[in-house]
Amino acid sequence: MKVEGKQAIWKEYQKEIADDKYFYVRSCVRQNFFPGSETTFLRIMRDELGKDVFENPCHTTCTGIGYHGDIVPVDTMMTVVARQFALMTEAGYENLVPSCITSFGIYTEVLDTWHHFPEVEEKVRKYLKQATGREFKIPKNLAHASDIIYKFRKEIAQKAKFKLVDKETGKPLKVVDHIGCHYAKMFPDKGVGGAEYPYVLTGMIEEWGGEVIDYPERRHCCGFGFRQYLVQANRGYSMSCSHKKFESMEPYKPDLILTNCPGCPMFLDKWQYAIAELEGKTYGKDGHGIPVFTYEELAGLVLGYDPWDIGLQVHQVSCEPLLDRIGILYDSSKKYSDKNGSSLGVPEKPINLKI
Amino acid sequence: MGKLYDKLLEDVRFQEGVSACINCGTCTAICAAASFYNYDPRVIVDTVQSRDEDEIKDLLKSDTIWYCGECMSCKTRCPRGNAPGLVIMALRSLSQDEGYFVESEKGRQQLFMKRVIGGWILDYGYCLYLEGIGTNMYAEQGPVWDWRQKFWKEHLDRLGGNYKGEGPGILRKIPEEALNEVRKIFEVTGGNARFEKIEEFSKQKAKELGLEFGDGIDNEYFSHIYTHNNNSHNRE
Repeated sequence: MKVEGKQAIWKEYQKEIADDKYFYVRSCVRQNFFPGSETTFLRIMRDELGKDVFENPCHTTCTGIGYHGDIVPVDTMMTVVARQFALMTEAGYENLVPSCITSFGIYTEVLDTWHHFPEVEEKVRKYLKQATGREFKIPKNLAHASDIIYKFRKEIAQKAKFKLVDKETGKPLKVVDHIGCHYAKMFPDKGVGGAEYPYVLTGMIEEWGGEVIDYPERRHCCGFGFRQYLVQANRGYSMSCSHKKFESMEPYKPDLILTNCPGCPMFLDKWQYAIAELEGKTYGKDGHGIPVFTYEELAGLVLGYDPWDIGLQVHQVSCEPLLDRIGILYDSSKKYSDKNGSSLGVPEKPINLKI
Repeated sequence: MGKLYDKLLEDVRFQEGVSACINCGTCTAICAAASFYNYDPRVIVDTVQSRDEDEIKDLLKSDTIWYCGECMSCKTRCPRGNAPGLVIMALRSLSQDEGYFVESEKGRQQLFMKRVIGGWILDYGYCLYLEGIGTNMYAEQGPVWDWRQKFWKEHLDRLGGNYKGEGPGILRKIPEEALNEVRKIFEVTGGNARFEKIEEFSKQKAKELGLEFGDGIDNEYFSHIYTHNNNSHNRE
């Protein structure tokens, strides 16, 4: 994609990203919906890049869905976050790496609030001491896990076995990115490229050979909305948001949707299934959906990892047509197997969505 | 100055979220909720800025404050640097603290959030803990989710998980001493008090509506708040 004008200006919206010694905090959503993505992130960081990534099993949720579902008070959320900081401090680390965009937004919000209201930080320090006896230092660097992959995108490209290119035509795959609202909408200068012309995923796509498609609803929410999806009576909101995005990107015929936030790929994947079953409408080629990948999955694919090791079998929209176009080999008989290779059966086929 | 407005001012998010709104409506133009619901964040900020006690009380009792999806698109685009989404969060907190949330269909859903998400946080240390959550409640999750539910542990093992295991990893068992620290944090910071208020006011409302109320998710009131939609909320 040719970068000029406003895009060139926003491309300068860069941030400092630590280059080693990370304290990793997991995502509740990613662990449940895309477990293979966290496994793949750690494999890339440790095995490919040789980085020190530490995880303390005693870390917990940041309370993010509870906080943005408005059942968890702000003081409670901030004190749970302070406890994560304390675990990081006690382990001797300074660079915090959350696997979740909601968490990243929360950590950013907490640090910004404490910056503007030092008395709130003091109050939280007292709460934490009272509840746990712990103390903490503010992280020296806060980067979402995708920021780290972005930082090392060139190193990954050097080791890549595949490029995001159609093996028959030699043309770049057309990719739309979705960075997730809480990555940069609240604090644009904390995200690579800001909120309007985000570059964190675009940088990966371009480096790995693909072409980024800008489309009108690129910045629109996937539709999680916390209580808007979780409560059945509100779920039309969620589906309507994803639908708006699909309709907007459809004319550009994207080959792939690449996501940053752990929740967005689930919604953009599952709502394609639901729309197909309810309305008979599909957005990919020949009755298929548009595959929706996490950035960890895409990094794993270009590095030549087995698609079933990185977890592409948990998606409802099938990935195989895209893998075929890139030229990635896979064993279909192993898609739904356990860790020993024994079959776990096969999911039922949808009625309308071709898989 | 009114009592409710004073309470809003005590919330740091309210202080951060609104400073001399000029009512331009940019927030409404970009708002994901306003494109779906009969919802207008510009009007909400205007109402709050009026400091009219009765109007603020009506707002706290209304469905209106529960339409926002907290995507915070409003924050990005506001020419004054305001965040109506943060104002919404302060209003929702006050609505629950005052017990007004049970006066609206959307507000009553907070019992679902408390029992399900709140329960997972305090019981397991995760916001989501999805073994056993099936397509009967989330139909759009589809057949691959049914397969995953059938082989929850097996497929987590396949993908490098450590389900209910000791040590680090995906969906590990978070040690009891860590969970106790989180529970203590909820106790000293007002988290438990919020939860107790949600339960208390919901119980009163269930009685008023003549709906059976019980613990957990298998009772008439809970089922009602999870599914009921009077179909008056959406933009035509």
